Amino acid sequence: MEREHPEKKYVFPDLVFMEFMTAVALTVILLAWALLVNAPLLEMANPGISENPSKAPWYFVGLQELLVYFDPWMAGVMIPAVIIMCLMLIPYLDRNTQGVGRYTFSIRRFAVINYLFGFSMWIALILIGYFLRGPNWQLYWPWESWETIRQAEENTWNLPPLIGISGLAIYFCAGMIIPKLVRIKFYERHGFKRYVLVMLSILLMYFVPIKIFLRLAFDIRYVLVTPWFNV
Amino acid sequence: MKPNKNIWQSIRYSRLYKSIFRHGYDDTAQNRILQVRSNIFLHIHPPKIPQHAMKIRFTWCLGGITFFMFLVETITGILLMFYYRPVPEYAYMDMKYLEFDVPFGIILRNIHRWAAHLMVVTIMLHMLRVFLTGSYKPPREFNWVVGVCLLVITLLLSFTGYLLPWDQLAYWAITVGTNMIRSVPFMGHEGPFALLNKYHDVRFAVLGGTEIGANGLLRFYVLHIVLLPAAAIIFMAVHFWRIRKDGGISRPL
Repeated sequence: MEREHPEKKYVFPDLVFMEFMTAVALTVILLAWALLVNAPLLEMANPGISENPSKAPWYFVGLQELLVYFDPWMAGVMIPAVIIMCLMLIPYLDRNTQGVGRYTFSIRRFAVINYLFGFSMWIALILIGYFLRGPNWQLYWPWESWETIRQAEENTWNLPPLIGISGLAIYFCAGMIIPKLVRIKFYERHGFKRYVLVMLSILLMYFVPIKIFLRLAFDIRYVLVTPWFNV
Repeated sequence: MKPNKNIWQSIRYSRLYKSIFRHGYDDTAQNRILQVRSNIFLHIHPPKIPQHAMKIRFTWCLGGITFFMFLVETITGILLMFYYRPVPEYAYMDMKYLEFDVPFGIILRNIHRWAAHLMVVTIMLHMLRVFLTGSYKPPREFNWVVGVCLLVITLLLSFTGYLLPWDQLAYWAITVGTNMIRSVPFMGHEGPFALLNKYHDVRFAVLGGTEIGANGLLRFYVLHIVLLPAAAIIFMAVHFWRIRKDGGISRPL
């Protein structure tokens, strides 16, 4: 199929009608929702009495959930900043020009798998933070009462600096080199600089679930401890 | 009947009527095109689009729905401004007035709140749709970047609005959010390589103080109703314009 002149339709009234009906339907939905459910309003703000748990707005709860596993400068600043930058870079890093204008998986496996992974992780963290976290940010199932207050059990330890540095070095170096050796075409299609950026963003993304796993499985708090910051 | 028709005819052919409405509504190809091209609101569209671009199961109307939510937020937000004062002494009281005193006030506030949530959801789904259909690929790269900026603006709009009810939920949610700003590297007083103390760091700039108070509420209010909506409108204008300039919405080659 080469570029054929696609069959065209008039915007008025066909598309305008569809847009109008969508707007009407949404207005009905919003009105019904507003009539049935009231927006939350607690007591007046009081800096002296803190809410436990204090939760961020739901779209930031995923980042708040990451505070369990990362220091604030990572969870609240670096991770969102890197996400936004990587999102902006996507069109400039993706050299695959196929699969435009339709839903495909087979010819865009790499892009689709990684995007969906990041997207699902974002959603999963929001769901855990919003529905499963109770007082002191402890894990509560929805059917468990928040009245039994649990204290955070902190029996965590840090990796020794040498192991931490070498672990990170191995992770990033192997992540850079192995795909280059196994998928030569992938490397050649991207060129050196673009390849490094692609793999760096992918490796940074997978570092988040790896760190979560290390914490949950081995109680490791920091992979790398330095005098200035901890990772 | 006849005199009526004559009146209608004389109106339709009057200079006044023709100065406002340039063409008739007879179902002709010319009128269908004029309908779009001579209307400032509809001329965002081309007069004709490929059949493919009309399929609901391609776009799911998600971008349009997001824009519609922005319009709903603008209208309900302006109405809410009549009843809301961004001062700690009054803000919470005004929420109570809205709930119990202002006719339909609670509905107004509910719509504003739920539409805001829905807008964040639809913008995320819109991004997913654009990604899965490869619509960010050349020549549409830059429009994706503009879209990411709009995502950030939308999140900030929603976040700044969250403080305004001035209740415990708002106060402590914004406390959690703004505490993160303490740890910005270099610029925050608790971050790595902190250069500034807590009276001069970036969190102080956001809140107008070291704690959330009257200054912070006013700053969030101004951001919420002036600066961020203005930014959103500018970016949306570029976003919509670029769709046309980059060849319409994506389609298979």
